[in-house]
Amino acid sequence: MTIPAHVEIASPNRRSQTGLYLFLYPVLSLVAVSMLIPFLWMFLTALKPQADMFQVPPLIFTLSYTMENFTRAWTRGNFDRFLANSMVVSTSITVLNLMVTSLAGYAFARLQWRLREVFFVIVLSVMMLPGLIALIPTFLIVKAVPLAGGNNLLGQNGTGWLDSFPGLIFPLVGSGFYVFLLRQFFLTLPKELEDAARIDGSSEFNVFWRIILPLCKPALAVVALFSFQVSWNDFLWPLVIIQSDRMRTVQLGLALFRTQTRINWGVLMAGTAIATIPTVVLFLSFQQYFVRGIALTGIKG
Amino acid sequence: MSITTPARGEGRPDRKKGKGFGITRQERAAALFILPLMVLLTVFWIVPSLSSLFFSLTNYSVVSATRWVGPENYLRLVDDWLFWRSLLNSVYFTVGNIPLLLVCGLALAIALNSARLRLRYLYRVVFYLPLVTSSIALSMVWLWLFDPHLGLLNLLLNAAGLPSQPWLQSTKQAMPSIIFMSVWGGVGGTMLIYLAGLQGISEQVYEAAQVDGATPWQSFFHVTLPLLRPVTLYVLVTSIIGSFQIFGPIYAMTQGGPAFATTTIVHQIYINGFRYFNMGYAAAQSWILFLLLLGLSIANLRLMTRGLDV
Repeated sequence: MTIPAHVEIASPNRRSQTGLYLFLYPVLSLVAVSMLIPFLWMFLTALKPQADMFQVPPLIFTLSYTMENFTRAWTRGNFDRFLANSMVVSTSITVLNLMVTSLAGYAFARLQWRLREVFFVIVLSVMMLPGLIALIPTFLIVKAVPLAGGNNLLGQNGTGWLDSFPGLIFPLVGSGFYVFLLRQFFLTLPKELEDAARIDGSSEFNVFWRIILPLCKPALAVVALFSFQVSWNDFLWPLVIIQSDRMRTVQLGLALFRTQTRINWGVLMAGTAIATIPTVVLFLSFQQYFVRGIALTGIKG
Repeated sequence: MSITTPARGEGRPDRKKGKGFGITRQERAAALFILPLMVLLTVFWIVPSLSSLFFSLTNYSVVSATRWVGPENYLRLVDDWLFWRSLLNSVYFTVGNIPLLLVCGLALAIALNSARLRLRYLYRVVFYLPLVTSSIALSMVWLWLFDPHLGLLNLLLNAAGLPSQPWLQSTKQAMPSIIFMSVWGGVGGTMLIYLAGLQGISEQVYEAAQVDGATPWQSFFHVTLPLLRPVTLYVLVTSIIGSFQIFGPIYAMTQGGPAFATTTIVHQIYINGFRYFNMGYAAAQSWILFLLLLGLSIANLRLMTRGLDV
């Protein structure tokens, strides 16, 4: 009679919780191991000497781990060049995306102007277009950039930005998704911030650059990480516009590497590891930002 | 649509008299601020999307002269068994992929949320790892795991006394294999979104259910699931849109084979547009895909912007 209700509920609950843990740990660990095995298998294969490749059952642990597959992918597979290309392309896209989307996000969140809602709906609608619908005309537009790749002023007779860095970079800059994400973040800042600066006579750009942006580093980090990861992993666009071997990004190089030669699993897995490591390292170092970004996009209602 | 002004009660500030068409300082700034974005979106999205409708009504092919053909490409689609096959394959992939993604993602999210697990963060990172890896890299790894002779999967089957399977090399098993890989690779994303949704549900709701004598199962079906409905809807819509556009693994693992068993719409668009240079025809195919996804895209837009009046 004197025992409060919540104690009565809590005690059997606690007992079932211990049972729950005993069940959850093994199950979750099993799932985690099956998530990791493909990655481990990739590294083990890449580090194995060629001589051990065809041993059945395969040697899982050997004393003769070697970097020879990496060296071969790096030099003979041209992965050094592919990696450098991807670095240039993804870094450029990320920097440009940060500038373009933060400016626009700021205008949509903090400035008063007519037609703002109309433009915002346009930006969001574009974001929802499946990328494919624009694929073929974008290819033709990139091919017809005037005065590039042997084109004349009307964009004829040459290849424009096909098979070039600008062609890989510019079509991937300017995503409504990042504008949306940054706008939501800008809206959370107090209004008084810029009012004080405006009274002091700062230009609108200075308000944005000196006052608002420094407060938005977490949101900008989310955009930078997403943008880098998406452009690093992009495949269809490079596949469509790149013709020459030396312009390949790492994903394109990897996919074509497999089709060009008889499969050498050791070298192929070394190339795969090279293509994988940068984004995995970024993710492991900044995983809090990734998680926050996904939470921001996923639940709005 | 519920996008409204995020204004906090102030009217239009500082409109200076006698300047142009009554354009304020903020309006001039805003025009400059959105200019780069609007130029990029116009050149690389809006114009291409609209003009792809135009291209779909021509026989554009890069090499020969372009001729207006009206609805011919669309009529040709109706008789193109390969197009129907690819449509069917895309549906097969989507229908196989999504229920597993949702159920497994939710189960993992509940597991991670239900207890104050020590290793919670570690699990979360591990489950999400495939999502930061490119589809091409994952395809290469799984190509190796699925290899009929030396692949790890068959080695494990053999070690358990079971016969080897052909996996990607059989018409029957190729698509299920790709679905399996996609669920493995995508479940961490669904989990993370569900996890964020679960953390938004207050503990008190469960306590109230418990006081009313609800079993854990009852509170799952009558409390958790209904409260997660918006999240489920969002995951459902975005993953259908994503599944219908699968390309990387198809290109890298099977090239649409064997015997067209895994060719999807996007793979057909790529083949027609960039291998055969039938760009008009490929544009028509992408418009069909666009129309198929249009309703879902609108739903997605609604879900994302709901309650954003701020």
